[in-house]
Formats: sequence, structure tokens, C-alpha cells
Amino acid sequence: MKDIFEIRIHGRGGQGAKTASQFIAEAALGKGKFIQSFPEYGPERAGAPMKAFARISDKPIHSYAPVVNPDVVMVIDPTLLETVNVADGLSEDGVLIVNTPKDTQWAQEKTGFKGKCMAVDATKIAFEAVGKNLPNTPMIGALIKATNCITLDAITESIKKKFLKKLGEEKTQATIDAVKKAHDEVK
Amino acid sequence: MSKIMPFTGAQAVANAMRQINPDVVAVFPITPQTEIMMQFAKFHADGDVDTELVRVESEHSAMSCCVGASAAGARAITATASAGLALMWEILGVASGSRLPIVMPVVNRALSSPINIHCDHSDAMGCRDHGWIQIFNENAQEAYESVFLAVKLAEHPDVLLPAMVCLDGFITSHGVQNMELFEDKEMKDFVGEYQPKKWLLNTDDPVTVGPLELQDYFFETQKQRADAMMKAKEIYLSVGRELSKITGKEYPYFEGYQLDDAEAVIIVMNSTAGNTKAVIDKMRSEGKKVGLLKPRLFRPFPYEEIAKALSGKRYAAILDRAESYGANAPLYGEIKNALYEVQEKPKLKSYIYGLGGRNIFEAEIENVFETLLSGDFDPMEVGHIGLRGESQ
Repeated sequence: MKDIFEIRIHGRGGQGAKTASQFIAEAALGKGKFIQSFPEYGPERAGAPMKAFARISDKPIHSYAPVVNPDVVMVIDPTLLETVNVADGLSEDGVLIVNTPKDTQWAQEKTGFKGKCMAVDATKIAFEAVGKNLPNTPMIGALIKATNCITLDAITESIKKKFLKKLGEEKTQATIDAVKKAHDEVK
Repeated sequence: MSKIMPFTGAQAVANAMRQINPDVVAVFPITPQTEIMMQFAKFHADGDVDTELVRVESEHSAMSCCVGASAAGARAITATASAGLALMWEILGVASGSRLPIVMPVVNRALSSPINIHCDHSDAMGCRDHGWIQIFNENAQEAYESVFLAVKLAEHPDVLLPAMVCLDGFITSHGVQNMELFEDKEMKDFVGEYQPKKWLLNTDDPVTVGPLELQDYFFETQKQRADAMMKAKEIYLSVGRELSKITGKEYPYFEGYQLDDAEAVIIVMNSTAGNTKAVIDKMRSEGKKVGLLKPRLFRPFPYEEIAKALSGKRYAAILDRAESYGANAPLYGEIKNALYEVQEKPKLKSYIYGLGGRNIFEAEIENVFETLLSGDFDPMEVGHIGLRGESQ
């Protein structure tokens, strides 16, 4: 494995790709790792394709350049598979995780990616759990299943820290349950 | 005990300001600096600081407000970027000419036109000859610590000059990274209370601030400002040593990374120095003698020390994130200047990169090192990294 574990998240402006990258990084930091989280800095238009990045490492991270050879690519919006080469720079040892009601075969055909591909209906899970189209946090559950780069415990702690005061116990627990559900359901 | 926080550069700087608890902070928003003031305004609203927060109507007024506050004997801070810094230009000179130790984080961003909100160093380079101390910072951690250093250095009785703390727009200001936050009390004690020798509101010892000086004394006053800037150079080191006792870090004029035995050196400031370190780690593992020289103090500029560090090196590339239209790029010009008296000079190459936030990737930096190591380049020709239509 590389010294630095690198994640690239594809979403559309407003779908929470940046927040997801931040959650992942903060969960890793809570476990004593060196981290980075940042979006691709552009015009930040709602609905436009965008990327966010996270890095996790046991050693200090020097480079601030965008991630070009990710270990994992997460796609929050399946319509991006039509327009963006989401597997760009992803090696065949890497993992591609797509939020879609369809299966992995569909994602593989759409992207042409030959490595490990996983699919999860994170939008449905989010609607059922919190009643909103917020697939970004459940996608982290799928990421944990695919790579173990962070743990479910760590992300649970991060979510509690972020949401408990703001959203109350019930909604925070629903968010955590959605992460766990996506973790269990991703294939 | 210090704490490790997931902070953006903006949060890091805002927390430094919280710990300093300045008497006066002038606030005017401009991207990508706005996040600093947003966070600081929250500290203010929450009662974490008892600063007089002045919401002004422009950056020209923000700097004017700091000038007034500082002349009256207050510790004054504001922050800005790009066009905001440009609008302050007139009052920047008033601040340094009046010898007022104002501290200002500058979140480096391109200048118009065309309109661009992203990172380059044109803003800070545009006022490099304006009598402000300028400290450049690779990441959130350095920017955070430099704010404290800047306060102590600026207020030193032998200096009394304003200071800018420069960090890269978005890349550093908005990227989340590990940041070691030191204890409030330690940092407060480090900066202490600001006790000016002379201040405008002291009726027992009245002074004039901002008088008219014509052919009679203006020249002498400028000489004093220039001398103070030269003094700031050695005092930077002594204040840095004091800060080291808390942080355990060093505050040299420049950081050398694998520099001692390097044959090919890249000289670059702020976040791109980090990208360069990653490339050096990779190339060193392949046995290539490459290194970095990262200037931290740009004004005053450490000519002799840099000359010494580069003496005997074979090749050096200077990467500037700003143009100087019709002249040598700012950092390149200084390095070339520094080497004039050196017998064994490296062969130099000037590169412009990253204007308006154009990304700079590790592969591109590796190309620069390979070009240097080949020795096969024209030192008179300026290279452009990542420019459309130009191969390196």
C-alpha cells in the first residue's frame, strides 16, 4: 500500500461531497492519523459536477495538490457516470463505489473500470433514515466496508460530535443507522 | 497541553487571533479571507474575545481604522486578500511610514483582471516594497504560529513596522489538515500586553502622528524605516527562538529540505513547497540528489544566508506564483541578486506557475527537477509550468 491513502469523491454542488470528505478525514484524525480534506476549488455552482478529496496517512502529508491517483473513488450522483470519467487515474487495485439503485455490472459497463466495483442505493437509504436526499453520509458506510480506511466507531463518533447538538439525538442516531445500513447493504 | 485539530488555514489564523485577543480588529470581507473574519466574529459574538470589532465599508477603511487604532496605542489586526490589499495600498504605506505595528494575515489571491478569486501571490508581491514585514507560510500550522511571531516582531521597540502573514488562498485557507493548537494561556503570555512607548492619546507625552515632512526631513524618516526593516531581520530570529520554547518548531529565514547535498534545488514559497517535498521524497528514494529551499521571511529578504546556502549547488529553479511584467519574477529576481557575489553559483532557471489558482501537480515538479538535473536548459528563458500549449 502507498504511504498515503487517497480518496476522490465525485458529486454535484450541494450534495455534500465536501462534507463527506471532511467526515472521513476527521474520523481518521480522531484515531491519530494525519489527514487532509479539500474540495476542487472552482466556481461552486449548485448542481454542477465537482470533486472533493481526502488523504489519510500515518506520516505527515506534504503535498497539497489534488488527488490524481486515488485508491478509492466514490460517486455520490450516478448521473455523473454519463458525463465524467470518474475512474480517471484509479488503478485496477483500487475501488469504485457508486450510489445507484442499479448493480455493479451497470456501473462497470458505464465506466469501463476493470477493478473492484461496488454499488449501494445510498439515496434510498438516506430517504428512509432521515427523510432527505442526503446520500453523502451513507456512502461513508460503503467506503468502510470496501476499505477499512476508517472504522464504523470512528465515523459514529464524528457524526455524534457534529450533529448531536445541532440535530438532537433522534436524527443523529438515524444518520448513524443510515451509515451502518449502507455498510451492510453495499455489494 | 496542545491539541490536534482538523482546521482550515482560516480557522487556524482565526484561532491565533482569538488567543491574541487584539484590542481592535477591522473587518471587511473578501474571498478567500472572509472565513477568517467570519470565525473571528463568532468568537467575538460568543464572548471569547473582548476586541473592539469595527465593521468598516472598505479595505481602505479597514487599514485606516487599524492605523488610527494603532497610533492611539491599541494592538490592531485586520485580514485581507487580492483586490482588498490593492485597495489598501495607500494606507499600507501610511502604516509602515508611521511605524505602526499592525498585523495582517493576507490570504494570497490573484489580482484582476480578468476576475479570478483563486490563489497566486500577485497581491503580496505588489506591495513588497511598501515597508511591511512579509512572512510566507506553507500550511495552516505555519500560518497560525506566524501570527504570534508577527505580533511580537512588529511591536519590538527596535522594529515598529507592520507585518503580513501570507498563506495560499483556498489551498491553505480552505483545506482541512492537522493543526496543533497550543494552549490559550501560553500563547497569550507569549504576546503579552502591547505597551507602546509613545501613543497618540497619552497627553502627558504628546506626539504627532502623520505630519507633513517636505525636503527637510522626509528623506531621514525613510532611512529610519529602511534601517528598522534591516533590524527586523535579526529580531525575527530572536523572537522565533522565544516562540520555539512553546511550539518546539524552528523559525529560520528559510527552510531547507534535503538541501545540504542537493545538486538540483527548487526554490518556492507557500503550499507548493509541500508538493515539492513529496516529489523530493520520491526522487531521493530513486537516488536523485534533489532538494528544496523554502523562503519564509520575504521582507526583509535574507540575501547573505540564501547566498551561502546556494553556494556550490549545481542547479536551481525558482518558482514564482506571480508575474513581474517586463522584469524578472519577484522571487527569481531576489535569488539572482543574492548570488551576485557568490563564486560558485548554481545555473538558474525561472519558472512561473499557478497563476489564478492553476493547479501544480507532483509530476510537473518532477519534470522541473529532471530538467535541472539534465543541465540542458537555457537560463535566460522563463519556463511556465502547466501553461496551455507550452511543454516544459
